[in-house]
Amino acid sequence: MNIYKYASPATFYPLAGRLIPWFAVLAAMLAAVGLYLGLYLAPPDFQQGEVYRIIFIHVPTAWMAMIIYLVMAAYGVMALSFNARLSSMMMEALAPTGAMFTVLALWTGALWGKPTWGAYWVWDARMTSTLILLFLYVGYIALTHAIEDKKRADKAGALLVIVGSVNVPIIYFSVKWWNTLHQGASVSVTSGSKMASMMALGMLVMALACWMYAIAVALARVRAIIIERELENGGAANWLNTLNTQDKRQLTR
Amino acid sequence: MKARYKRFMWIAIGLLVIAVAVTLVLRAFNSNLVFFFTPSEVAQHKAPQDRVFRLGGLVTAGSLQRQPDGLTVKFAVTDTVQTIPVSYTGILPDLFKEGKGVVAQGKVGADGVFRASEVLAKHDENYMPPEAAEALKKAGHPIEGKVFAGQKAVVTQTPDKR
Repeated sequence: MNIYKYASPATFYPLAGRLIPWFAVLAAMLAAVGLYLGLYLAPPDFQQGEVYRIIFIHVPTAWMAMIIYLVMAAYGVMALSFNARLSSMMMEALAPTGAMFTVLALWTGALWGKPTWGAYWVWDARMTSTLILLFLYVGYIALTHAIEDKKRADKAGALLVIVGSVNVPIIYFSVKWWNTLHQGASVSVTSGSKMASMMALGMLVMALACWMYAIAVALARVRAIIIERELENGGAANWLNTLNTQDKRQLTR
Repeated sequence: MKARYKRFMWIAIGLLVIAVAVTLVLRAFNSNLVFFFTPSEVAQHKAPQDRVFRLGGLVTAGSLQRQPDGLTVKFAVTDTVQTIPVSYTGILPDLFKEGKGVVAQGKVGADGVFRASEVLAKHDENYMPPEAAEALKKAGHPIEGKVFAGQKAVVTQTPDKR
């Protein structure tokens, strides 16, 4: 099997279409299980009581905000070095989801911060660098939309995302490197978990749900982007005609 | 070398250069990135003298005193080496507790008392049900929370008030 087979938009389009329902269903099921674990089965916290339950949304969304950015940067490297069109399209498809997760992380953090810390927002290193991550996502979307020529837009966007990727380790390690108001990591690869197992489990299941959601949404969005760009190119008729009838119906709609 | 691998190399080198540059910049700005100063740093005059800054550490167990006006509180902030007295008028956050982390914004007065205009509770990374925390305490292993970067395990246990 040729591993580059699915690097072409023409072959990736139907594959993505077949994968979307699986990831969407998995996302819904995992979210249901995760919320049940987090909101019903997990015990209250010894210091915070019930307020801590925001972590079942806050931590997974913050993780996704960082991970999606790194995935975009990896696609950016592929797009620049191999001139891979599909990579640029995946970047464009992932950016809105990454921005949404960043907004959710900042927003839920603010809602939690007021009752526990006593402030919605402070300019500590963790929060400031996460805000910069949001600006990078929005900056990428704005930049690629501001340039008419798609090829140049892709190049500029990929460069911005790659350069911006130095911000991700800064976000992650900020609580270690500097005195921040934000607490350190409760769950980490090196030092394990500092949470009760039911709490950690709920959080991990929610994180998986976010992964599945992000994949499903990105695949759906990249299909739209493929069609959009192929139609702009004009040379798309060849493979667009080979799509099955259901896909075609979507096109004419 | 194929053109695509050349491009890949250039990207890798570029990213490395940026990473080094950012590291150097962050090191240079290190003191400005600090959200708060620890009592030891204040004692060593590393904190700004006549300017507002934030003081962070643990609320010394047994130091909290409510003043007769009902709003003013006095307590001490410690990093187990140095201790600084703090006075604050206002509402304390829910998680404010003796033995727990706190970040206060204000100025050191002529009498050496830190006059806070804002007090924030600093939470640690431990999450567990109340029963588990109680069991740990009984077993003689109270929960240790990290309050400042590089802090070695500090026992943040409140002494029994019985």
